[in-house]
Amino acid sequence: MKFSIYRFDPDKDAKPYMQHFELEESCIRPGMMLLDALLLLKAQDESLSFRRSCQEGVCGSDGMNINGRNGLACITQLTSLKKPIEIRPLPGMPVIRDLVVDLEQFYRQYRTAKPFVINEEPCPEVERLQSPEQREQLDGLYECILCACCSTACPSFWWNPDKFLGPAALLQSWRFLADSRDQATEERLSDLEGPFRLFRCHTIMNCVEVCPKGLNPTRAIGRIKELMVKRGL
Amino acid sequence: MEKRSFDTLIIGAGGGGLRAALQLSQAEARVAVVSKVFPTRSHTVAAQGGVNAALANVLPDNWHWHMFDTVKGSDYLGDQDAIEYMCRAAPRAVYELEHFGVPFSRLETGKIYQRAFGGQSRDFGGEQAVRTCAAADRTGHAILHSLYQQNIHARTHFFDEYFAMELVQNQDGYFLGAVAMNIADGEPILIEAKTTILATGGVGQLFRTNTNALVNTGDGMAMALRAGIPLQDMEFFQFHPTGIAGKGMLITEGARGEGGYLLNGDGERFMERYAPNAKDLASRDVVSRAIATEVREGRGVGPNRDHVLLKLDHLGADIVKKRLPGIRDMVMTFLHTDPADTPIPVYPTAHYTMGGIPTDRHGQVVVPVQQGAEEPVPGLYAVGECACVSVHGANRLGGNSLLDILVFGRAAANHVIEQLKEQRYHQPIPGDAADVALERLARWNRQGKGESIAALRAQLTKAMEDHCGVFRNEDVLQEGQQAVLALRERLQDAYIDDHSQVFNTARIEAMELENLVDTALATVSSALARRESRGAHSRIDYPERDDQQWLKHSLFSLEDLKMDYKPVRMKPLTVDSFPPKKRTY
Repeated sequence: MKFSIYRFDPDKDAKPYMQHFELEESCIRPGMMLLDALLLLKAQDESLSFRRSCQEGVCGSDGMNINGRNGLACITQLTSLKKPIEIRPLPGMPVIRDLVVDLEQFYRQYRTAKPFVINEEPCPEVERLQSPEQREQLDGLYECILCACCSTACPSFWWNPDKFLGPAALLQSWRFLADSRDQATEERLSDLEGPFRLFRCHTIMNCVEVCPKGLNPTRAIGRIKELMVKRGL
Repeated sequence: MEKRSFDTLIIGAGGGGLRAALQLSQAEARVAVVSKVFPTRSHTVAAQGGVNAALANVLPDNWHWHMFDTVKGSDYLGDQDAIEYMCRAAPRAVYELEHFGVPFSRLETGKIYQRAFGGQSRDFGGEQAVRTCAAADRTGHAILHSLYQQNIHARTHFFDEYFAMELVQNQDGYFLGAVAMNIADGEPILIEAKTTILATGGVGQLFRTNTNALVNTGDGMAMALRAGIPLQDMEFFQFHPTGIAGKGMLITEGARGEGGYLLNGDGERFMERYAPNAKDLASRDVVSRAIATEVREGRGVGPNRDHVLLKLDHLGADIVKKRLPGIRDMVMTFLHTDPADTPIPVYPTAHYTMGGIPTDRHGQVVVPVQQGAEEPVPGLYAVGECACVSVHGANRLGGNSLLDILVFGRAAANHVIEQLKEQRYHQPIPGDAADVALERLARWNRQGKGESIAALRAQLTKAMEDHCGVFRNEDVLQEGQQAVLALRERLQDAYIDDHSQVFNTARIEAMELENLVDTALATVSSALARRESRGAHSRIDYPERDDQQWLKHSLFSLEDLKMDYKPVRMKPLTVDSFPPKKRTY
């Protein structure tokens, strides 16, 4: 099986290049994931660098661009991919080395979204109550694993990664706006005003297309915009 | 070399590290958290089923019943003072999480959803309890993200993607911080601290098939060993009954808590024979042994009769989708079947390190000094899976690991806050403090040809799986110990070709293998020494529990591979002791 993988080590390479790799067909087992193949390739060439940890799609470490589409290597079936498999780092982010990108900008936007419950009332001695229906509002939002597949597939984020929050951070904005326990609706919406932070989203929907957890940031952004409009009236 | 100073250094950013960090940041201590992965990538994220607390939201419950179940589950090796402390603190720990924003599933009453889990009873061994608080089957994810978010709010200082190499101590044995390496540029950094908390998690990567993340390489345990601290009860390694057969991904015990059950090759619900009352919700060690026994005796499923089935289809698609959405996704991804229609092939899979760095219930690391079995080591704490408090003893109950990290993360931080009031200044760092760490780095910069790291790691995990699995005996363990010692020798001759300073994962993996080899040696040596069967440690040659000889904790030291022992703390804080009894479910 043939692979073409983006390589760049600033310690020794003047510029990036694509390296050809090959995996013996005898190494390929049914149901094998791309990460399994990358680990075997790394055993051939230990200098090949990428992040990985849980191997089951919950830690969000191994986001990469696979045949032109962002995804998690650990839950991408080898058989589903056109050969040779072309692997590049997540687009639009500074490359640290090979498939490892610098996600600081992505994390900064996540922090900007104030991803925590804001509630000034004193905490009760027990849990705050939330009906199953209220809790259901958080489904499809809290499951985000911060893999950055969505934001780095978004042209609006590529152009303005410092000003536009991007789909992942905005999904979190809505996750807390939608939480019956959160009281900071006004503050959160004010934070999102202006032409960039929220409104740079042009519903291109690449984020929905690539999300490995099947989440829908575009819908969340739409809900925030609705709330903005209601508030303006 | 760069040097930074903090009040407290926390190594590891899973639930234990983040819970401690939050407590300290909120108390306005200067905290640094060092983690080799971005915090939300830590393995707490993979915990599924939930966290135990006697909230009594579904059925009557109280902490004392929870305590009894935990003591019995530990096969009486757990320290009863620490267990009482944990079970009493559990409701508050869970309510705090709710206040932090954790999206727990909810009951119709609006209270936190609780489900049945293994080894849990009402009224000291009576009917099944409903005690495990859950956010669907993504409880660890929900908790880890909320704790990280709270730490953002509290402005905790993070060193993301820094690999801790060695602890720093002075001649009096006082711990003063650690030397870490910035993975992005390979630069070492000395982080000086008045107190250091190890929260580096377990060492599931010892075994070839495991439920653990690749990062679970026992870094903190190995650093402690090399700093002269013994590891406690390392022979007790939990095999989770339901890893996906041959692959290892975890299927939560919550699947059985929701009503799923196991079937052998004859279509028999075999747990009824092994645990007539609790059946599929017996303790994990009991269920894992039952599955392994069914397969050994030829009643497995599949062409090789090498696994059993976990049946969920009778629950109905609604329950599976609503209560177990994460495992449904996972099974559909990895097996291309829907557990709402098709049973899941499962087999016991290496899951959790009951042993670890010995601590008291304040998280202080304790070692034997002269006549005292448990003297605090100044400046050093450990919490979570890397620690051994010991609340899990010989076998951990499902739902008690998330509880452990919350309760003892918080307790350790509170103890540290008191210590910091007494200790206003940093102690001087010895001039040679960083030498050991720098030598270790330099060692992997050597040029040459030799053994490959990937091959040695594969041989180590195979050796551990073959020699230190669910069932053990003297000869096999002897061979296992020799195999690990031989691999440890061969690691001296290993080289890496990648000498780049930039995000050098080959070098990280080499140092992780050093950590794995030392913890493997602790595990297999402790297992060889303990000639009885207790909890997760099953000796075919010594099939009975032997309280006369072995109701005691093991302590393994790296120096001369020495085994030492200390008594179990049988006396709880306020209630009567639970004396050892025959353990049936």
